[in-house]
Amino acid sequence: MSRRAGSLWSPGSPRALAPPAPAEPAAGDILEVRDLVKHFPAGGGLLRGPRRVVRAVDGVSFRLRRGETLGLVGESGCGKTTVVRCILQLDRPTSGEVFFEGRDLTTLSESDLRPVRRRLQVCFQDPYGSLNPRMRVGQTLGEPLAVHGLARGRERRQRRVRELLAAVGLTSEQADRYPHELSGGQRQRVGIARALALEPAVIICDEPVSALDVSIQAQIVNLLEDLQAELGLAYLFVAHDLSVVRHISDRIAVMYLGKIVELADRNALYGSPRHPYTRALLSAVPIPDPVVEAARERIVLRGEVPGPHDPPAGCAFHPRCPIAIAACATGVPPLREVAPEHWVACIRA
Amino acid sequence: MRALLEVRNLRTEFATRAGVVRAVDDVSFDVRAGETVALVGESGCGKSVTALSIMRLVPAPAGRITAGGVRFKGRDLLALPEGEMRAVRGREIAMIFQEPLTSLNPTLTIGRQLTEGPEVHLGLDPGRARARAAELLGQVGIPDAERRLCDYPHQWSGGMRQRLMIAMALACHPSLVLADEPTTALDVTIQAQILELLRELARRMDVALLLITHNLGVVARYADRVNVMYAGRIVERASARRLYAGPRHPYTAALLRSVPRLDEPRRTRLAAIEGQPPDLTRLPPGCAFAPRCAFRVARCATHRPALESVDTGEHLAACWESSRLAGAPAR
Repeated sequence: MSRRAGSLWSPGSPRALAPPAPAEPAAGDILEVRDLVKHFPAGGGLLRGPRRVVRAVDGVSFRLRRGETLGLVGESGCGKTTVVRCILQLDRPTSGEVFFEGRDLTTLSESDLRPVRRRLQVCFQDPYGSLNPRMRVGQTLGEPLAVHGLARGRERRQRRVRELLAAVGLTSEQADRYPHELSGGQRQRVGIARALALEPAVIICDEPVSALDVSIQAQIVNLLEDLQAELGLAYLFVAHDLSVVRHISDRIAVMYLGKIVELADRNALYGSPRHPYTRALLSAVPIPDPVVEAARERIVLRGEVPGPHDPPAGCAFHPRCPIAIAACATGVPPLREVAPEHWVACIRA
Repeated sequence: MRALLEVRNLRTEFATRAGVVRAVDDVSFDVRAGETVALVGESGCGKSVTALSIMRLVPAPAGRITAGGVRFKGRDLLALPEGEMRAVRGREIAMIFQEPLTSLNPTLTIGRQLTEGPEVHLGLDPGRARARAAELLGQVGIPDAERRLCDYPHQWSGGMRQRLMIAMALACHPSLVLADEPTTALDVTIQAQILELLRELARRMDVALLLITHNLGVVARYADRVNVMYAGRIVERASARRLYAGPRHPYTAALLRSVPRLDEPRRTRLAAIEGQPPDLTRLPPGCAFAPRCAFRVARCATHRPALESVDTGEHLAACWESSRLAGAPAR
């Protein structure tokens, strides 16, 4: 895609909030999650036995810097989607703080959150599920502008919709299409355009390419990178495809059963992973080359991910861990810095 | 020697509101005894419909096999009476689907579902069938198999259910298993477990596998030979090593270049394939990939290239310009 739409954040268009207040978190961080916990009640009730608690997210902390991409990876049930929902306050966390542009979102009321959500947007895996099937693309993109009082007036709004379509590589004619008339890749472009419409500072991308065909995934990844370079966006990129995450992320956090087990910059995490779970994950990804694959030793993990309602004592990974020792079953390993900016929760690392 | 499975000029069509869609168009390939052959391609390329056509499970009346033949151990499957075909399904050719939950009966115990095949096809009495079921569960790595026969499918995780599907597929000693995206719905560490298990059992029991997937990494690790499909047709065929080392169809080459690889330095930009996947109701008269192809020339738009040998040994490509890809580095 060419460098286009320097006008996308045109000076004429109204800005969201005032420049961020002097942030409580370190300068340069736009989003900070501190000790986030989300427990869901499960079971309980008449004849159903004791009430239990599902620890979907159990003490997660990380920072997202301005303009960077932080990858958040893990397998199903690890809590990454709950983290996303707690950041957006779609689920209110049980405890912990979520600082965005200097304000703790967990303390804000629904009405106070509305202007914040302009600056903190989300793009989902399945754009088909998140686009209104009865709305034309132009309406889908125009609606948030109207709701938030941006680009007032029909003509200005239409111009803005055309800008957004161009920014994501769609044509103005496609404003008249319905979602079912578009391909999966085109629908994801609409999903990205909708996230861009309100001039966010952060877009949370929840598995944005995993529902797309291989030949289309690269288009969308390139588009996200172009938009970031142009607009200075920060991405929280939630995904399970480790090859794509490596390509797009500056830093990566690996989650297992509600906790971050490793957090490091891209080269450290992929070049010298320290947590045995990270190593197993990387080793499980098949390389598209038969010669490489034939020579490759794989770590195939035993067993399956235990449910978050009944996590193992000690390190939650220890029952599947190839290098576990007795001590792993008793103490929960803290996330510690083993090299500059390289954090690992493992006593054996 | 004849191949175990011979698919010849297969054509399967669907009647849709937008007109007749040729989901599988003039597809020919072989699977030999004991080998693993991949059908690789993106959604809508016809790989799953090919498998359903082999099993004669194309949903009628919308879908119909309109041309071609399927020979299995020399028998023409498309000409068999339905009763004999039923004896082939499950007994000689088994199938594993992407989502095991939709192919399991939620109201029957695991044991009941696993004994049905051996009772019907092998004539085992219920006691022997149950012993065989427990043995099979053990082979696919389900601990405490005897007791778990009384469970229901919803009590099992996705990975365990896919192990069960493998056990059901292998229950009657088939000589061919069609595996349609067998691990796509699973997490990556579980994917690795399931695929290693499938390969190990297929080798030990001398079962041939037709592996249907969109995942180029899975193909590289598990397939002996590969057929690449695009818009209902096979566009390239070769041994896995040859295909990955020197693809001769621009689509294969572009697909391999577009995926980021963990074993290579990170690139600044992914080599995307531009354009959109083909619309099967409006295919061009020439090559279906031409609108997205970096190598296209004038006749690509009007004349469809046949799948032809491009090298010594088995390497075929359907491209007018495939010689321009020869000797070029794969990546």
